[in-house]
Amino acid sequence: MTGRAIIDIRGLFKAFGDNEVLRGVDLAVRDGETMVVLGPSGCGKSVLLKHIIGLMKPDGGSIVVEGREVTGLDRGELNELRMRFGMVFQGAALFDSMTVGANVGLPLVEHHRTGGSELDRLVEEKLEMVGLAGTAHLWPSELSGGMKKRVALARAIALDPDVILYDEPTTGLDPVMAEQINELIRSTQGKLNATSIVVTHDLHSACFTGDRVALMDEGRIAFEGTTDELTKTENEAVRTFIARGRRPLPGEREADPSCDRYGLF
Amino acid sequence: MTSSSVTSRRNQGGFGSGLLRTFGGGALDLVTEVGAAGLLLWRAFLSLRKLGRSFHLIVVQMRRIGVESLPLVMITSIFTGAVTAVQAAYQLKEFVPKIYLGVAIYKSVSIELGPVLTALVVGGRVSASIAAELGTMRVTEQIDAMDAMAIDPVRYLVMPRVVAALIMLPVLTIFADVLAISGGFIVSNLSLDVSAKTFVEGMKLFFFPHDVLGGLFKAFVFGGIIAIMGCTAGLRTHGGAVGVGRAATRAVVASCVLILIGDYVLATLLFKVIFGEA
Repeated sequence: MTGRAIIDIRGLFKAFGDNEVLRGVDLAVRDGETMVVLGPSGCGKSVLLKHIIGLMKPDGGSIVVEGREVTGLDRGELNELRMRFGMVFQGAALFDSMTVGANVGLPLVEHHRTGGSELDRLVEEKLEMVGLAGTAHLWPSELSGGMKKRVALARAIALDPDVILYDEPTTGLDPVMAEQINELIRSTQGKLNATSIVVTHDLHSACFTGDRVALMDEGRIAFEGTTDELTKTENEAVRTFIARGRRPLPGEREADPSCDRYGLF
Repeated sequence: MTSSSVTSRRNQGGFGSGLLRTFGGGALDLVTEVGAAGLLLWRAFLSLRKLGRSFHLIVVQMRRIGVESLPLVMITSIFTGAVTAVQAAYQLKEFVPKIYLGVAIYKSVSIELGPVLTALVVGGRVSASIAAELGTMRVTEQIDAMDAMAIDPVRYLVMPRVVAALIMLPVLTIFADVLAISGGFIVSNLSLDVSAKTFVEGMKLFFFPHDVLGGLFKAFVFGGIIAIMGCTAGLRTHGGAVGVGRAATRAVVASCVLILIGDYVLATLLFKVIFGEA
């Protein structure tokens, strides 16, 4: 991993009516690292992610990707940039009128005009990478939540992107499936050597997948550091977030110590 | 003045202003929707340069919009022709010779009833379907996913639907015209005592090709209205399942209203200004 920032966000502002979601976000993501943006639900993490890929326009601030200001790009330039990104959406966002194979193959067909046996081979290769070999003929409605996220990842890596964005990859999954997705994010990172940004509210997921973690609080980045630094910091926002995470469930005296893999609970 | 009469007057005022608000709000919504549709149509037009790459998508939409609408159009047209024959015979009886029944049916069907009724029934079916499909894609982030993959949703989703509707509405209207005239012919022959020869002679008497062409041009424009209003409502959807339902309603209402307004404008333009001078 190098220290060069591939994505540099400065003073990003975004409001929806009176609701100021982003209030001056500063964040630098280095080439080849997995940066986790952590924070409670509704704090603007997904909004931040959508700004990076140009799906939303900010009210102020700048997003520089490899020296190019994203906010000033026209549609054609933005699409050129997007081809170097892969994004896994929170609800997977698979095209439900297409089979799994057609979903994964769509970027290849549209951008590289791949077809025939070459397309089948590439689709199968991507599906194999996410542990879903032989599922190309299935429809999204036939898949479980975890399988949908895997297909979404296979689709996101179809064009061998330089940057992969994950929007709440473990949300809505049972703990076993969430763990499998975390491992998949890690293994994909190892295979592709891409830069990854994972947005999550799941502390376990953050510590397992991330090289560095940024905590969002009240529309700003309240903490940025390695996962080790996260566990040791006295930063109030981090301690509050962790304390909320360890709040015992009704009927429990304290959190399950078996979950204490990172010494956080 | 009693308190009940004061309340009654207040209620009347409230009803009046409520009615004004409802109509005003509806009109504003329609204008906003039409504005958004205009911009979307322009973007769809610009994406025509990639028409070749979207050919397979256009074919799929032609089947959905055209072929799958055919049974509905067939039933509507046959009965429209039959009703036209009965009503025309009733209105013309004792004043106009029976030979004019054929021309009355042919003219009303090819100029007005064929294109307009086809557009209204297909518009109800197709614009709601397009709005619901694209609306669901919007609220489940499928449109965002497409954008994120650098695939233009206007080129991939909107343009094929618009092109397919522009082609298929005139085709459906040809079917509708033939079937409606056939329906009128059968009813005239079986129950109105008009022989086949008389009916056909009547049709030939005032046959002008521009009647049919004008009707087909109307259908072409109505096809564009149906597709673009469905796509606009779909892409502007927000708010989950309720939002998808509202989008489908907005698409049908906007399509039907614009078809009727467009019909008046086109009728004036075609049959008063262009062909009227001929």
